[in-house]
Amino acid sequence: MIPFLIYVAIFLLSFAVVRGGLRRYFTRRDFTSLKTVTFGDESAVRPDRAASVISVLTIFLLWGAFTGSKWVPVHAPGPFLGDTSFTYTAEAADGSRDDAVVHARVFRLGETVEAPVVAPGAGFAKDDVVTVAAWRSALIRADANDTLTRKDGARVVAIDGQPIAPGGAVITDAGRVAMTPKGTLNYAPPKGMQMEPIWLPPPEAVVSRVGEIAREGYQNFTLWQHLGWSLYRVVAGFLLGALVGIPLGYAMGLSDWFRGWFDPIVEFMRPVPPLALIPLVIIWAGIGESGKIILLFLAALWIMTIAARAGVSGVRISKVHAAYSLGASKWQVLRYVIVPNSLPEIFTGARVAMGVCWGTVVAAELVAAEKGAGMMIMVASRFQLTDIVIMGIILIGIIGYGIDILMRMGEKWLVPWKGKG
Amino acid sequence: MSELSIQNLSMRFDLPNGSSVQALKDVSLDLKSGELMSVLGPSGCGKTTLLNIVAGFLAPTEGRIVLNGHEVKGPAAERGMVFQQGALFEWMSVRDNVGFGPTMKGMARAEKRQVVDHLLDVTGLGAFKEKAVYELSGGMQQRVALARCLANDPDVILMDEPLGALDALTREKMQGLVLKLWKETGKTIILITHSVEEALLLGERLVVMAPRPGRVHREYRLPFADIGVDQDLREVKKLAEFGDRREEILSMIWDMEEEIMGRTEGAGA
Repeated sequence: MIPFLIYVAIFLLSFAVVRGGLRRYFTRRDFTSLKTVTFGDESAVRPDRAASVISVLTIFLLWGAFTGSKWVPVHAPGPFLGDTSFTYTAEAADGSRDDAVVHARVFRLGETVEAPVVAPGAGFAKDDVVTVAAWRSALIRADANDTLTRKDGARVVAIDGQPIAPGGAVITDAGRVAMTPKGTLNYAPPKGMQMEPIWLPPPEAVVSRVGEIAREGYQNFTLWQHLGWSLYRVVAGFLLGALVGIPLGYAMGLSDWFRGWFDPIVEFMRPVPPLALIPLVIIWAGIGESGKIILLFLAALWIMTIAARAGVSGVRISKVHAAYSLGASKWQVLRYVIVPNSLPEIFTGARVAMGVCWGTVVAAELVAAEKGAGMMIMVASRFQLTDIVIMGIILIGIIGYGIDILMRMGEKWLVPWKGKG
Repeated sequence: MSELSIQNLSMRFDLPNGSSVQALKDVSLDLKSGELMSVLGPSGCGKTTLLNIVAGFLAPTEGRIVLNGHEVKGPAAERGMVFQQGALFEWMSVRDNVGFGPTMKGMARAEKRQVVDHLLDVTGLGAFKEKAVYELSGGMQQRVALARCLANDPDVILMDEPLGALDALTREKMQGLVLKLWKETGKTIILITHSVEEALLLGERLVVMAPRPGRVHREYRLPFADIGVDQDLREVKKLAEFGDRREEILSMIWDMEEEIMGRTEGAGA
């Protein structure tokens, strides 16, 4: 909740600072800047790049601040580390009471720790010593070293003066102390507001993990092999899908019979998410390469078929008529008019198909694979290697984005006439 | 030479709701080689249908089209077509658009180049040969469409409101170009238009069609196209005879439109 509020605060504050103050010095003087109606004019809404930069920085700032990153100057309060203590009050069977102190030493997980040495103190209740890792808790049998233990009818009745009963808990300055039904104390030192690395590692841990896995690999394959295999599956599945889907879509756009024959199949298969086919594909083709490529083929096939069909039906009839009355044969009309005219649609379909394939391959690798980006994060999650999981998610995102950018560049280069007809 | 004969053309088709439409009824026209005939009429009079049948895109239910002694069965290079707009191939340069017909015929590269270059110069596109067609203005695009049609050397040129989408000034310029090309090439041309002025200026013959069913209402022989070949078209428009004809035809079409309106209102009541 607090990180979200901070996020909203940064959003509003940076808006006020950039738009209210700094923007005055960097105003653009182009045509759009002179438009007075911008609310509702989509073309006048241009992304404020300052906002983009601040947005990305904010995410890293919050990530770093709430994970204790060395890269970020400000931090949310971390977990308590060091020595602390709380007092418990024991009551003997005869009603007499005695106080004793529990000395706690809180250490960072993975570091070695020595228990503090203390004198036992006077009275029937003796002082205790406990070591506990940050974010963890420790059970304390406070009466174990006392002169009168629970066997003698003694029991703990208060912590730092606050009464406590079995099953209850009190919050003290030293942290939370709970009591089990049998009377054992469970001590948890203050956790602060930072995330434990097992939930969310700091950014530098993720970065160093990228370096480590790039050098040494993970699960018998290098990082590049993992990513390369995922990409290979996507490209192979997509190309096969396009190879079958585009001619099929053309046939559906050019012939009544093909249209009628394949319409029910395509319309039925289109809304079936490729992920729903994973179990069937595994039954049929196993968890090897062929199964994955079949799955991606199916994911790309219908998208490409529909794109090609739409490309054919998008041809202006006057262009086709013009070609015929210029003496073109059916084959020439296909080659010189229908194919080039449908290329923009096919490119749009290919972009969608590549996106879907990339998502599907990761999901398929999550289910079963020996290598691949999805397999990497799945295995890492089983070992609670959260930094690898986050690294994998970031790399998957970057690659997916990269694919889309490449497709868009290819589109611009190959079909410059898109939208100009 | 080319002799185009439109013989007793009728076209009737069923609508999904069970009624049927008589788009054309018993249309007969004969065109001699090198004639320029403009066709005029209120919307729904079947003039575009007529043109599509002559082009071979539609089959008539009765009658036939005979060109040079053989019956028209489908589209062919002998009947070139110029559309209103959007019929250029935007994935090709201006040069490739104009050279499309010769390419389909498999004309030798050098010969094609000569034909295309000549036509581009005639239509005033010499400076735009390598441009993409979508970089040109609407008037320039229609010049490309004319040149593309002529490059195929068709016997008959069918124009379906070729200048309809242009602004008034460009339109006037293009009308001059159409006349010039007609005189130079001697092609038989059928020109469909919405503009009475354009029909009068360009048509050696003028056919006024009437709607429901589409039929020939009136035919004229006009001197203005011949006058306009060596004169400024604006001077032609100032002729008293031109003005009279224009008023006559305008009121004729006006009456037809009124009649349609009355009929639909009557049907609605």
